[in-house]
Amino acid sequence: MSDLLVVSDLRVTFGGRPNGRAGGRTKSWARRGRTGLVAVDGVSLRVAPEETLAVVGESGSGKTTVARCVVGLQRPDSGSVTFEGRPLGPVGRRPPELQRAVQMVFQDPRSSLNPRMTVAELIGEAWRTHPAAAPAGDRPAALRRVLADVGLDGDVAARRAGDLSGGQCQRVSIARALAVGPRLLVCDEAVSALDVSVQAQILRLLVDLRSSHRLALLFITHDLGVVHQIADRVAVMRGGALVEEGPAGQVLGAPRHEYTRTLLDAALDLGAEA
Amino acid sequence: MGEPLTAPRATTAAPLLRADGLTVDLPAPGGGEPVRVVDGVTFDVPAGTTVGLIGESGSGKTMTALAVIGLLPERAATGGELAWRGENLLRPGTDWHRVRGHEIAMIFQDPLAALNPSLTIGRQVGEILRRAGRPRAEVRRAVADLLDRVGVPDPVRRMDAYPHELSGGLRQRAMIALALAGSPSLLLADEPTTALDVTVQARILRLLRSIQQEQGLAMLLVSHDLRVVAHVADEAVVMYAGRVAERGPAGATLRRPAHPYTRALVASVPAVRTRTALADPLPGAPATPANRPSGCAFHPRCSLARDRCRIEVPRTREVEPGRWSACHFAEEVIGS
Ligand SMILES: Nc1ncnc2c1ncn2[C@@H]1O[C@H](COP(=O)(O)OP(=O)(O)OP(=O)(O)O)[C@@H](O)[C@H]1O
Ligand SMILES: Nc1ncnc2c1ncn2[C@@H]1O[C@H](COP(=O)(O)OP(=O)(O)OP(=O)(O)O)[C@@H](O)[C@H]1O
Ligand code: SF4
Ligand SMILES: [Mg+2]
Ligand SMILES: [Mg+2]
Repeated sequence: MSDLLVVSDLRVTFGGRPNGRAGGRTKSWARRGRTGLVAVDGVSLRVAPEETLAVVGESGSGKTTVARCVVGLQRPDSGSVTFEGRPLGPVGRRPPELQRAVQMVFQDPRSSLNPRMTVAELIGEAWRTHPAAAPAGDRPAALRRVLADVGLDGDVAARRAGDLSGGQCQRVSIARALAVGPRLLVCDEAVSALDVSVQAQILRLLVDLRSSHRLALLFITHDLGVVHQIADRVAVMRGGALVEEGPAGQVLGAPRHEYTRTLLDAALDLGAEA
Repeated sequence: MGEPLTAPRATTAAPLLRADGLTVDLPAPGGGEPVRVVDGVTFDVPAGTTVGLIGESGSGKTMTALAVIGLLPERAATGGELAWRGENLLRPGTDWHRVRGHEIAMIFQDPLAALNPSLTIGRQVGEILRRAGRPRAEVRRAVADLLDRVGVPDPVRRMDAYPHELSGGLRQRAMIALALAGSPSLLLADEPTTALDVTVQARILRLLRSIQQEQGLAMLLVSHDLRVVAHVADEAVVMYAGRVAERGPAGATLRRPAHPYTRALVASVPAVRTRTALADPLPGAPATPANRPSGCAFHPRCSLARDRCRIEVPRTREVEPGRWSACHFAEEVIGS
């Protein structure tokens, strides 16, 4: 099967003036003249249609940075990202259908939503940006449906994002990303703020969309139990690089790299405490 | 780790914190009746212990913690009692500046929203250390030490980073350092380890435990991670739709739940070492505080529900020594 997403040899440095670009937000380290921090150091990944690739690994190992490159919010120093063979540039220069095809749920749900906008406005905005995905008929009914899919009551629609709980914000982010009908969803710790029961509901939704809409997932998580449940393949990152990659059962069942074993050993299990 | 308290603890000394019938009302979005998002929550946090607060997303856990540190949204109204060393924090005139940071500190659920985006994390942590009386000359060293203790690699370099320059897990550790900098007696930890890989998580949990043993730190640990709660909490409080579903020793609560909601939660935890099927979702819609079902708020989703559940709000009863449940049929649940 041909790959949907291909990430090749991605490299991202922060603060060290790569290509002479050290303006704006990177001032703290750059101005102090420190050497740059290599956040991503030659990462290559592939995701096939309908496939779920889980990315696990050390905190600070570059997972979010890779994800931001995929959705075009971070420009890599070198390497490339392609979708169905077409290069994916910065998000602003992507043709609308590619913007729509690749959506992301961010790690900090609260700060990724404008706190003053209502949930109805947030999802309405997504539909306005991608009219092809907007519901043809009754909008309020469609809105209620996308909210119900993520376990939210319809009365949430009138609330401002700033007045929602952490897990409610996270579900609004998921609903907003799914509302435009993406073909690849990048989930950065997308279910970490949810109780396990709601979490299972959302994972079921994603698994259903995988077969009904051929949705592919790039699923970043620290929860190895969830990886077991939904991933086809797993990539393990440490220090900006992949240390191991393979089918989920194999990586979690018979890890080859020592770091993967360390991770599995440190994972707590319920009921094993006695 | 995590020896669950099995013996009922001595009740002579007043607990450090006691929530007694705590209520929080928030204004409804379009005006109208205020919404009771915390509805009669009762629990104790004795010094040196950890209470795990778990429950459905939106059930009022963060609001409960924010009430304890006096940071509820502006138009919130509170009721009931929050006794801190025997003094009610909810009475008007509480000196929050004295309490906040040094007596009670909080690790916020969303570090990016809670940290000041325009100051380096070293400045933010240093400011608290200075206010706690550290001499200026020592502050930089102390900040680096603290960041090192919470597992920030290369702390001397990282202290000059702004929050947006850190990964999610590094920000979370910076947030933990900020909360610990004032040497509080009570730490309100709202989902403190969600962005951490399991090895860093284990390190943080060990650190908190050692501070607990050395300094008698008490903790209210809000977490969706039942594995973490099972390992570190002495007591567990389970919330559903703004109310306490059950509370009791953490080990017993998670092993033999006394409320059907807790039982459903425990059954949904995926195993780490083997592949488990995705749990069946609870039937029906989640309860919202705005339209809380009559009687037992869980009844539309409960497999044990019968007529009485739809009519009568269950009274919270002691169903086993030290275990309290708000289910009419708790004995049946424990026994099954
Ligand atoms: N804008 C930035 N400026 C400077 N450094 C950055 C920036 N964004 C990320 N970094 C650094 O790059 C490295 C990789 O960060 P990234 O967020 O990709 O990690 P991660 O694997 O997602 O970690 P976590 O699991 O903690 O979220 C970290 O050391 C981080 O501090
Ligand atoms: N500022 C606010 N104004 C009005 N309602 C709010 C506000 N913040 C939260 N709420 C509502 O109060 C209820 C309780 O929220 P809270 O944040 O305590 O939930 P939580 O148990 O911490 O959930 P989560 O696990 O998702 O973080 C939710 O239904 C939420 O929508
Ligand atoms: S009181 Fe009734 S509805 Fe509520 S949890 Fe118990 S059995 Fe279920
Ligand atoms: Mg990240
Ligand atoms: Mg919360």
